[in-house]
Amino acid sequence: MAGDVSPGRFASAMKDAVITTVIAAALFFFLVAYKTTLVTGIGLVLEQRWDRYLWLLVAVFVLRFSWLMLTGGRVRAPKSKVTITPRGDVMRYAGIALLLLGIALPFIITATAGRGQRLYLDLSILIMTYVMLGWGLNIVVGLAGLLDLGYVAFYAVGAYSFALLAQYTGLGFWACLPVAGILAGFWGMILGFPVLRLRGDYLAIVTLAFGEIIRVVLLNWYSFTNGPNGISNIPKPTLFGIDFGRGEGNFADVFGLDYSSSHRLIFLYYIIFILALVTNWVTMRLRRLPVGRAWEALREDEIACRSLGINTTNTKLTAFATGAMFGGFAGSFFATRQGFISPESFTFIESAIILAIVVLGGMGSQIGVVIASVVMIGGIEMLRNLDLLKSVLGDNFDPNQYRMLIFGLAMVVIMVWRPRGLISSRTPSIALKKRKRIGADMVAQGEGH
Amino acid sequence: MEYFLQQLVNGVTLGSIYGLIAIGYTMVYGIIGMINFAHGDIFMISAFIALITFLALAALGITMLPLVLVIMFVVAMVFTGIWGWAVERTAYRPLRGSFRLAPLISAIGMSIALQNFVQLTQDARVKPLAPQIQGGITLMEGANENGAIVVQLSYMQMFIIAVTVVLMTVFSLLVSRTRLGRAQRACEQDQKMARLLGVDTNRTIAITFISGAGLAAVAGTMFLLYYGVIDFYIGFLAGIKAFTAAVLGGIGSLPGAMLGGLLIGLIEVFWSAYFSVEYKDVAAFSILAIVLIFLPSGLLGKPEVEKV
Amino acid sequence: MATAGWQDNPILTVEHLTMRFGGLVAVDDLGFDVGKGDITALIGPNGAGKTTVFNCITGFYKPTEGRITMRHGEGDHGGALTEATGKGLRFASSGPASVHLLERMPDFQISARARVARTFQNIRLFGGMTLLENLMVAQHKNLMVASGYTFAGLFGLPGYRRANRQAMELAKYWLETVGLIDRADDPAGDLPYGDQRRLEIARAMCTGPQLLCLDEPAAGLNPRESGELNDLLRQIRQDHKTSILLIEHDMGVVMEISDHIVVLDYGRKIADGTPEEVRTDPAVIAAYLGVEDEEVDDIDVIAADMPEVATRAEGKRDGGGA
Repeated sequence: MAGDVSPGRFASAMKDAVITTVIAAALFFFLVAYKTTLVTGIGLVLEQRWDRYLWLLVAVFVLRFSWLMLTGGRVRAPKSKVTITPRGDVMRYAGIALLLLGIALPFIITATAGRGQRLYLDLSILIMTYVMLGWGLNIVVGLAGLLDLGYVAFYAVGAYSFALLAQYTGLGFWACLPVAGILAGFWGMILGFPVLRLRGDYLAIVTLAFGEIIRVVLLNWYSFTNGPNGISNIPKPTLFGIDFGRGEGNFADVFGLDYSSSHRLIFLYYIIFILALVTNWVTMRLRRLPVGRAWEALREDEIACRSLGINTTNTKLTAFATGAMFGGFAGSFFATRQGFISPESFTFIESAIILAIVVLGGMGSQIGVVIASVVMIGGIEMLRNLDLLKSVLGDNFDPNQYRMLIFGLAMVVIMVWRPRGLISSRTPSIALKKRKRIGADMVAQGEGH
Repeated sequence: MEYFLQQLVNGVTLGSIYGLIAIGYTMVYGIIGMINFAHGDIFMISAFIALITFLALAALGITMLPLVLVIMFVVAMVFTGIWGWAVERTAYRPLRGSFRLAPLISAIGMSIALQNFVQLTQDARVKPLAPQIQGGITLMEGANENGAIVVQLSYMQMFIIAVTVVLMTVFSLLVSRTRLGRAQRACEQDQKMARLLGVDTNRTIAITFISGAGLAAVAGTMFLLYYGVIDFYIGFLAGIKAFTAAVLGGIGSLPGAMLGGLLIGLIEVFWSAYFSVEYKDVAAFSILAIVLIFLPSGLLGKPEVEKV
Repeated sequence: MATAGWQDNPILTVEHLTMRFGGLVAVDDLGFDVGKGDITALIGPNGAGKTTVFNCITGFYKPTEGRITMRHGEGDHGGALTEATGKGLRFASSGPASVHLLERMPDFQISARARVARTFQNIRLFGGMTLLENLMVAQHKNLMVASGYTFAGLFGLPGYRRANRQAMELAKYWLETVGLIDRADDPAGDLPYGDQRRLEIARAMCTGPQLLCLDEPAAGLNPRESGELNDLLRQIRQDHKTSILLIEHDMGVVMEISDHIVVLDYGRKIADGTPEEVRTDPAVIAAYLGVEDEEVDDIDVIAADMPEVATRAEGKRDGGGA
C-alpha cells in the first residue's frame, strides 16, 4: 500500500499535515504555550512555554505527515478484517498457557527479580485485580450488553462491607468475603431494579450517577464510614489461621522458612488469582446455562427475547447482580490488600478504567480482558522503569501522570480503529457437531436495535 | 422570605449556566443520538482559555473591563469552538454507523483524555480569579433574629442572566429561521434522507458541535467570572448536571434544555440552602435517575414509541 | 351458515379493541374470533392497523380499550372469563378450561403463560448466535425451571442435563422440519432471507405455543419458498394442533391456506368470513383498489372479475413452484 509515493501524494500529504498543524496550533496555543501557575504572595501568573509548544507542533506535523505518506490516510481496515478471529483451538491453547503462566508467576518473579521482587509481585496482584474486575464487568457489558459506568460502586460496597464488618464485629477476611460479595450483589439488584428498563446510553448515565451517589454518601456519612479519612487497620487474610507476619507461629516459622515479606504478597497473589479464576469459571459456566444464553440473546435483540417469554427485567437484573457480586469480592480483596480504604479509591475514573479494559479486550472475550489488563496496567507501570524515556524526557518524567491520558486516548483510538476490541469473535455456547467461532461482524453489542 | 428570594436569584444564575451547557448536549443528542460525554470537559477547557486570555491581556496592560470581557468571550468561544470541532472530527465522525455504544465509549475516552491533558499542562491546583464585576442592587431589605438580611442582585448575576437570555433568543432564531437551522432539523429527522436531498450532514453535524462548544464557552467564561475558581475537574460535575438538565427538559428540545437548566440550578441551590450542602450532588443525581425512570421524554420532549 | 366454525370454538377472541397513539386512531373498535385449529388471516391495505393489532395481542402495545381473550383447554370458558374479567385477574380457570386476558399481561408472560408466540415483520433473530442457540433460547422458560433457576445447572445436576438433552432434541426436530439442520452451528445472521423467515417460525414453535402469530411470513419470499411456507404452516396445524393467525399481503398465500379471513381498513373491520366470501365482498375490493365513493357502482363489475384475478394469481404461483 505504501508503494505509490507519487509527487501528488506528497503534495497532498504535505498540505493536509500543514492544515492539521495549524489546527493543533490553535488547539494547544492556550493550554500548552501558556501555563497558569499559582505563586504565593503574587497570585496567578502566566508562564510561557514556547519550547514545549513548538516541539508538540513539530511532533504533530511529523506524525501526521508520515502517517499520510505511509497509509494514504486510511484509518480503518476494510470492515470485515478489523478484528482478529482466531481459531478455537488457538484460543484454548492460549488460555491454558496463560493459566500455567498465572500459576507459576510468583515463582518466576522470586527466582529472577531478586531485590525488585516486591515491586513485581505488587504489580502482578494489581493486574490480577483488574483482570477479575474486568471479568466481572464483562458479564454485564460483554454478555448482557448493558453499559454500566458505575461498576466501581460495587467495588466500593465490597470493600466497605468487609472493612466495616471487620471493624465492628472483628471477623476476618474469609468470613467477610462471601458477605461482602452478597451485599454487593444485593446492591446491584436494588440499584438495577428501577433503571434496567432504560435505553443503553441512559442506563450508562444513571449507573454513573449511582456510582457517584454511593461515593458521596461514603464521603459524608462520617459517623459510620469515617468520611474522607477512610478506614484503616483492615485485617490481613490468613492461611487457615496462620498469619504472615514475623515471629513464632506465623507462616515462615510453621513451614520452617526464612521470613520474607514476599510470602504475604505471594499469598495475596494466589487469593486474587483464585478469585479471578472462580469468576471466569462461573462466567463460562453461566454462558452455557439458560440464563447466560438469555443474556446474550438480550444483547442481540431485546424485543425478540420478550416475544419468547423471557422476562427481560429479571434477566438483566441477574446479569447486573452477578457482575456486582464479583465486583464486591474484588472490593473486599482490595481492602485487605491495602489495609486502608477511603472514598478516594472509588471515583468514576476507576469505573472508566475497568470499562476501558473490557472494551479494549473485546467485549465478551475473557482472554481479551487479560491482555488488556496486562497492557494497560502493566505496560504503563513498566514505562516508569525505562531509563531510556527518562534520558529523553528528563529525570522527573513520571509516566503515571500520563497514564489516564493514554487510557483515554486508547479508548478513542480503539473505538475508531477496531470498534470490537482486540479479540471479538464469540464461541457458541452449544453445538450440534462442531463449535465454530462467530466473527465479530455478526455479533451485536447491545442496544443495536 | 428574604432568604428564599436571595436563593431564587442565585438559583436562576446557576441555572443559566447549566442551561447554556445543556444546549450542547441536547443539540448533539438531537442530531446524532449520542451523549457527548466530553461536552463538560469542553466547558472546562473554555474556562481555562478565558482565564489565560484574561491573564495575557493583563500582562499586555489592557485593563479596560468591557474590552477585556468582550475579548475574553470572543476568544473563548472561537477557540473552544475549534476544540469542539476537533473532538467531533477525531473521536466521533469515524464512528458514524458503528454500533450504538461505540461513540459513547469514545466520548468517555475523550473526556478522560481532555481532563488529564489539562491536568498535565496546567497542573491540578485550583486557579483563582479575583471578582471583576462588583457591586449590585439591593432588591429588598429585611430582618430576622440574626440581624439584617439583604436580598441582592449583583451586577454579575444580572450580567449572566442577561447574556443567557440574549444568547438563547438569538440562538433559537438561528435554529428556526436560517438555512443552517433547517439543515440541522432535517438531520435530526432522518440523516440518510437529508443527505439524499443535498444536505451536507457532516458539515451540519460539525457546526452543531461548534455552536454547542461556543455556548459552553460562554457558560465557562461566566462560571469563571462568577465563582472565581476553576480546576481541571469542574467539567465532570457541571457536565453531568447539565446533561441532567437536558434530560429533564426533554432531550432534543432547546427550550427544554434551558428550562431544565433553570430547574436544576434552583433545585441545587435550594437543596444546599435548606437541607445540606454535602448532599447537593446526590440531589442532582437522584433527579437524573428519577426523571429518566418516570419521565423519560422529559418535560418538553416528544414521547418515543417503541418500534416493534 | 348460521354461525361460522370459528365462532363455535374460538381460541382467541378480540372484542372492542381500540388503540390510539396521541390523536391517531390506529385500531377502532375491532372484534373478531380466531377459531381453534384454524389458519386465520388478517389482511388489509398498508397502514390498516394490522401490525398494531398484532402488537396488542402479543403485549407489545397496551390497547387503549378492549378485551383480548385467549382460551386453553376444552369445555365451557364462560365462567372463567366472567371471573377473570370481573375480578381484574390476568387469567382464571374452571376445570380444564382456562382463559387469559392478554391485554392485562406483560409481553413476556403472553408467550410464557398464555402460549401465544409471534414472529416479526422485519425478522428479529439473534444474528450472532447459532441456529441451535436461537432455538435453545426459545425454550428458556422450561430450561430455567429445570436448571433450578441456574443453581442446579451451575453444578450440572442430572435433572438439568436431561432437560437440556430434551431441549436439544426439540431444537433438532424443528431444524429438520424447516430443513436447516445442516446449518445448525452457523450464525443465524449468515442465513439467506427465506431461511431466516423459516428459522424464526421454528424458534416461535420451540416455545410450545397454542397460537402462532405470523407477521407477513411470506414477505420477500420467492414463489418456491412461499410454497414451502404453505406446507410448513399446514404441517404445524396438523401435527401440533397449533392455531395460526397471520398477516399477509400475498393474496395467493392467503386465499390458498386460510380458513378464515378478517379484513381491516383504516383500523376498522370491513369484512370477516371464508376466503370465498371475502374475495367477492365489494367493500374489500373497494378498499384494495382504492375506489372513490362515486365509483361504487362499478364495484359489481370489478367484483365479477375478482375470482378470475385471484385464480390467475394462484395459477402463476403454482406454476412457479413446479
